[in-house]
Amino acid sequence: MNPSLNLRAGLVSLVLLLALLSVWQLATQPKTSNATAYANPEYAAMMGSATTKAAGLPTPEAVGQTLVHQLANPFYDNGPNDKGIGIQLSWSLGRVLAGFLLAVIVAIPLGFVIGMSPLMFKALNPYIQLLKPISPLAWMPLALYTIKDANASSIFVIFICSIWPMMINTAHGVASVKKDWLNVAKTLEVSPFKTAIMVILPAAAPTILTGMRISMGIAWLVIVAAEMLVGGTGIGYFVWNEWNNLDLSNVIFAIFMIGFVGMLLDAIFGVLTRLVTYQE
Amino acid sequence: MKQAFLKVEGLKKIFPGVAGSDGVIVFDDIHFEVQHGEFICIIGHSGCGKSTILNVLAGLDSASGGNVFMDGREISGASLDRGVIFQSHALMPWLTVRQNVAFAVKSRWPEWNKMQVEAQCVKYLELVGLGHALDKKPHQLSGGMKQRVGIARAFSIEPKMLLMDEPFGALDALTRGIIQDELVKICAATQQTVFMITHDVDEAILLADKIILMSNGPHAKIAEIVENPLARPRLRTEMHHNDHFYSVRNHMVDFLVSRSRKISQGELPPNYDPRHPPIIRPLSFATE
Repeated sequence: MNPSLNLRAGLVSLVLLLALLSVWQLATQPKTSNATAYANPEYAAMMGSATTKAAGLPTPEAVGQTLVHQLANPFYDNGPNDKGIGIQLSWSLGRVLAGFLLAVIVAIPLGFVIGMSPLMFKALNPYIQLLKPISPLAWMPLALYTIKDANASSIFVIFICSIWPMMINTAHGVASVKKDWLNVAKTLEVSPFKTAIMVILPAAAPTILTGMRISMGIAWLVIVAAEMLVGGTGIGYFVWNEWNNLDLSNVIFAIFMIGFVGMLLDAIFGVLTRLVTYQE
Repeated sequence: MKQAFLKVEGLKKIFPGVAGSDGVIVFDDIHFEVQHGEFICIIGHSGCGKSTILNVLAGLDSASGGNVFMDGREISGASLDRGVIFQSHALMPWLTVRQNVAFAVKSRWPEWNKMQVEAQCVKYLELVGLGHALDKKPHQLSGGMKQRVGIARAFSIEPKMLLMDEPFGALDALTRGIIQDELVKICAATQQTVFMITHDVDEAILLADKIILMSNGPHAKIAEIVENPLARPRLRTEMHHNDHFYSVRNHMVDFLVSRSRKISQGELPPNYDPRHPPIIRPLSFATE
């Protein structure tokens, strides 16, 4: 039953892909009358290849060519506005990882404190509730003004958006550790610090990792927008730059790559979550 | 007179009331003693505070009044001297059977090396018949096996006293019988002092030397202390043929069915003294 279900699901996926590609193909088919769009042949000649670039959405074939072309040489560097997709993605991933790690360092200990102490939970809850719904990009002007560095500001924005799901999940996981396990540690005279490391951490690990997974997802969403704002490098800047070049093939290619990397990041956390998940 | 191993004096617990109202006195004026090597069971209906008494002895809960002394020293907080077997086994599901016991052993003897810890773990796990399941995770074990690991963990730290809160409550009758037999054997071999909560009258007769009967709460009291007329070693398969078995059994069932409620309504014996609750030794009339 199982393999046949997988097979059938794969088949449906394939059919959907083909359908999607044909709709795309039909919608973007270049019209033969395009060449005569310009009344003045001299003007048309002057525009040259630019006309073909701007002629509506690219076909699947054109995007496919871009994909092959870009992935064939992902790390080329021809100056500030022409870098390979690998370089751009590395910049984005670097910022996401830096902001995310900073958030881990702050959110997990703080989540422990909130989860273990009802007093701290009540004291900090209003701040968390107020800060959590703020769009991370709203911090950008303040970050740029105080930090005075575009790169560090995007890292800060990633930090501020990653911190909440991690902190809330950690606090929740820590607070819902079974009383029995804590009592076992207590009757064995295990020190509070050791209890936190040996009992609470493994008990809450699945919840904490779920929070980290949500944070990573949000961070990857936010980095694109942040890089569009600050510019310079990164996949977000790449998208915006290609939009300014009116190269929609590259834009579509970049969108695909953003999705692909996001999927990979999520899969990594999926594996990590499975490693720490325990069955009761 | 020799000082008792465990001495409970005037224990009292008040549960705080809901906003403004007075707290509920669950029990007060609880006095009893446990001698070294004795097996004590405590029986009473839900709400009489027997779990609270056990938690106070374990150091997991604090009493509202009164004192508990063990070996002449007052109990304040949890201690490795008192091992606890929890009703819900309380094994850590992310650790293997061996690691669960090792966690306790390492806490008891932090200076021990790996081999010493390992040897202690294996020794007690084999004692409860789990030598073949050392590297299994708790979820791979049946309820009875999980409880055995809990027992091995409690014994492995060689506590001065063992506290058990309805350890077999969640097990089926067959498994319960087998583990009870094992417990009897281990306790006899180790001269373990035990304080145990149970709802099961037969279990109390099999295991306990003395059975503390508690009246219903609130204001629960020790109604009486029953001395088990059946001498050790008691065997589950034979003890119901003992002349005194039914007299002690009926005495306790009668208590649970009616007297526990009447006492809580004030029908105490005329010269009842909470400091020295009546000690009863129900014997069959045939032999009296």
